[in-house]
Amino acid sequence: MSTTAAFIAYSVLTLVTLGAALAAVSLRNIVHCGLSLALAFVGVAGFYILLGAEFVGFIQLLVYVGAVAVLIMFVILLTRPDGDPQPFTFDRLRRALPGLGIALAVFLVITISIRTSESLRAGAPDDAGVSIEALGHKLVTSHLLPLQITGVLLTAALIGAVLFAMKEDNN
Amino acid sequence: MLTLEFFLIISAALFSLGFAAVLTRRNVIMILIGIELMLSSANLNFIAFWRFGPDPDALTGVLFVLFSIAVAAAEAAVGLALIILIYRHFKSTNTFNFSLLNG
Repeated sequence: MSTTAAFIAYSVLTLVTLGAALAAVSLRNIVHCGLSLALAFVGVAGFYILLGAEFVGFIQLLVYVGAVAVLIMFVILLTRPDGDPQPFTFDRLRRALPGLGIALAVFLVITISIRTSESLRAGAPDDAGVSIEALGHKLVTSHLLPLQITGVLLTAALIGAVLFAMKEDNN
Repeated sequence: MLTLEFFLIISAALFSLGFAAVLTRRNVIMILIGIELMLSSANLNFIAFWRFGPDPDALTGVLFVLFSIAVAAAEAAVGLALIILIYRHFKSTNTFNFSLLNG
C-alpha cells in the first residue's frame, strides 16, 4: 500500500473509531451506545487490517462485532433502564467532572510520554504480513498449552454464565 | 508516513474514553462498555508494537491478541450474566441502587 493511501485509510479509521467510541460513552440512550460500540469495534478491526494483521482483524469482527456487541445489545434489551434517558443538565456534567478530569489527565500523561520518546518515531521495518499458516503452526506447537487453557477457560465461562443467569427457583 | 506513535495515540484516546465511561456513567452496562473499549485499546497496542517491533516474524503480538480476544469474550459473557442476575435482584441497572455493601 502506498504511503498516501495508508495515510488516508488511517485518517478515516481514526475518525470512525474515535467518533464511534465517543458516541458509545457519551450518548444518553443506551441502545445508541451499544450500536456505537459495535461501530468502534469495526474501526479497531480496520486498524488491525491496516497494520497487516488481517487474521486478527477478521477475528475481531467475528468475536467482538458478531458476538460481544450483540450480547451487549441483548442485555440492554433484557434490562429496562430506570425511566427514560434523562436530559442533559449542567448539574449532571458537574458531577461527572472529576471522572472526566482524571481520564483527561491519563490521556495527557500517556500522550506526552509517547511524544517525548525518540524510539517510537521509527517506521515499520518492511511490509511484514502474517501468514495464517505460520500462525496456526505456532498455535499448535509452541503455544499449545495456552490454547488448551483458553479452551478450558471458555468452557468454564460458558457454564458459569449459564449458572449465573439461571432462574433461582429454590427460594 | 505512519509511525508507531500514531497508533499509540489512538490507543491512548480509546483507553481514556473507556476510562471516562467507567468513572462517570451510572449504568452497569455502560461501565462494561467502557471496559470493553479499554481492552480493545490494549489489543491495538499489542498489534502496533508487533508491527513496528524488530522481529515481526515471531508473531508474538498477534498470538497474544488472539488469546486476549478469547479471554475478553469470556469476560463479557460472565459480566453480562452477572448484570442479568443483579437486574433480576434489584430491578435496576443503576449503580446508585446497589448499596448493600455500603457501610
